[in-house]
Amino acid sequence: MFAWSLELAWLIVLLPFAAFALIGLFLHRWPRLSASLSILAIGLSFILSVLVAAHVFLGGMEEAFEMSIRWLDMPGLKVDMGLLIDGITGVMLIVVTLVALLVQVYSLGYMHGDPGFSSYYAYQSVFAGAMLGLVLANNFGQIFVFWELVGLASYLLIGFWFGRDSAKNAAVKAFVTNRVGDFGFLLAILFLQIIFGTLNFNGLAGEIAGYTNTAVLIIISILLLAGPIGKSAQFPLHVWLPDAMEGPTPVSALIHAATMVAAGVYLIARAYFIFSATPEAMMVIAVVGGFTALFAATIALVQNDIKRILAYSTLSQLGYMVMAMGIGAMTAGMFHLMTHAFFKSLLFLAAGSVIHAMANEQDIWKMGNLKDKMPVTTWTFVIGALALAGIPPLSGFWSKDEILLGAYAGGYMGFYLLGTLVAFLTAFYMFRLIFVAFFGSNKGGEHAHESPAVMTVPLVILAVLALVAGFVGSPLMDYAFAHYVTYPGAVHHDPNAMVMVISALVAIAGIVLAWAVYQKEWISHLALREKFRGIYTLLYNKYYIDEIYHQLGQIFIDGTAKVLFWFDIYVVNGIVNGIAALTGGAGKVLRYTETGQVQTYAGYMLVGVIVIAGLVMIAGFTMRYTVFM
Amino acid sequence: MIGFQHYLLLATVLFAVGIYGVLSKRNAVAVLMSVELMLNSVNLNFVAINRYLVTDHAVGQLFALIVIVVAAAEVAVGLALIISIFRQRKSVNLNDFNLLKW
Repeated sequence: MFAWSLELAWLIVLLPFAAFALIGLFLHRWPRLSASLSILAIGLSFILSVLVAAHVFLGGMEEAFEMSIRWLDMPGLKVDMGLLIDGITGVMLIVVTLVALLVQVYSLGYMHGDPGFSSYYAYQSVFAGAMLGLVLANNFGQIFVFWELVGLASYLLIGFWFGRDSAKNAAVKAFVTNRVGDFGFLLAILFLQIIFGTLNFNGLAGEIAGYTNTAVLIIISILLLAGPIGKSAQFPLHVWLPDAMEGPTPVSALIHAATMVAAGVYLIARAYFIFSATPEAMMVIAVVGGFTALFAATIALVQNDIKRILAYSTLSQLGYMVMAMGIGAMTAGMFHLMTHAFFKSLLFLAAGSVIHAMANEQDIWKMGNLKDKMPVTTWTFVIGALALAGIPPLSGFWSKDEILLGAYAGGYMGFYLLGTLVAFLTAFYMFRLIFVAFFGSNKGGEHAHESPAVMTVPLVILAVLALVAGFVGSPLMDYAFAHYVTYPGAVHHDPNAMVMVISALVAIAGIVLAWAVYQKEWISHLALREKFRGIYTLLYNKYYIDEIYHQLGQIFIDGTAKVLFWFDIYVVNGIVNGIAALTGGAGKVLRYTETGQVQTYAGYMLVGVIVIAGLVMIAGFTMRYTVFM
Repeated sequence: MIGFQHYLLLATVLFAVGIYGVLSKRNAVAVLMSVELMLNSVNLNFVAINRYLVTDHAVGQLFALIVIVVAAAEVAVGLALIISIFRQRKSVNLNDFNLLKW
């Protein structure tokens, strides 16, 4: 139907990059023009993405579409630049372009009057373009290029208000932490190139299917996993994501939903043929994801900063997705990625609206009773939170249920229980936030006012998506999502009423508990805090992970510095000083030959003449004998 | 009978005496005289080789004449330098002139 759109899919990537180049080179003096161009570019990309997705999902496309041109051609290394479009790509295209478009429209209001308005839109464009290039790539080399571009754009946007030290440090932290993961990712790519001689996904899938050396596959999988662990902020490289909220709030929405952290989960899905080849690698993924899900959810319970709560919630949900990938429910993981992108960007944009209205106040205890002042923001936020908590029939319920079902039916009882516990915690901390900030009796929200339409309309659109996006993967629509986003050998489990009911019940239980504690105050949260002071302090300080890393960094850096100091003092200085001493010493000895007496110099000359004459004679004899013999 | 080798021997002795004088005499005028001695030993070589080895041209004799002319000029310059230096330092002892060093 829209088959022609596949041939134009490269435009989806190119348009935002073109907008970036135009703004950066020519238009940065005109903020309105810059913003319009950027929004126009991402809007066109969105329309094209819809056409592509329509062809993929509705046009009955059975085979993945692939086109490529040769980019590098060297002996032993051929790198292509190409497009690969299948179900996963289709989903990601819609999610990325839609969220990026709404965030850019919303930013018109949020960033209004900022001195860096033009550059903000230039960075937004390059961010979206890089992410689109990543999801469209057909080989690991190209994916790595765009992967790094995403990292660069996130660095620029997190550190957008670089006048603040905290923003500057957060940007560097995000960049450096990602670099640790990228190191493993790059090593894995090199291994793939060396062992299999190709980086193309389809080519590799064929090669790996017939490859039997499991040890090598496990090593490659673990190295490859380092990339998503960094990018999708899984434990132990999660530390950058909560700090990344130092950027403007719409940027957080983008990073947490569509463009940055989704890249890691997407990579696991895209490289699923490598991971699924060895159960050991899958187990590592599941454990990393499951641990992160629980770990981050417990931290989110006690945070007071509205964006920090959402940030840890993102960590937790990403852990959920990664865990789903690890237990073989790749489809469910991607499904959750999609629904999460909608409701998490909604939550962040709504939080941005609150922060905007509260004059940059982010502490939920200083807000209160916002529901009367900001009805649209409040109710869209509640919808997002309900979706995140997994209340039926909102989108989060369906995707979370798919993951829990995958764990339950796949026989992973441990992960099933962990997932259910995390679902309970999620519902609790989200509604703690809502009851305190939006319905609380604090007087903080007195002067708040509703945000302009340019900010509320994206909220409403995302709220609608958070409500309905789950149906595409639900039994009501016959699991349409699972039909397109799948992998060879995927098993689909029949819906299990018990799993559904339990997941809905724990979500409701979490909400009720939050209501009882923070709205009705039947149980005093202050008393609870006193009683569990040790645990509270541990959680409030995020398990001291940042401090531990800081100490480790100190030890490592100090140790390296000591070694290098020794090397500098004794080896480098030794060589330099040795040369100086040698020269000086030689001078001290040789100075005695310089008497200043003309006759001494004449004597040296005589000796020189005799030596040269001797050499000439020896040479002459040698030549004569050579000639005659 | 006096032959070619005797000339060469005499020239060598003269040259050696000249070198000895150049390297060991304290008096600058004596050093200049020793240089003349060396030049003359070379002249002797030129003439002798012209007589015994290259007999059909007078190249050696011509060279000897040129050397005598150049030596005269050299003595003039050398003596002028010595006089000039004597006016400065009130001495012609070479040991007193030791500025050419570090």
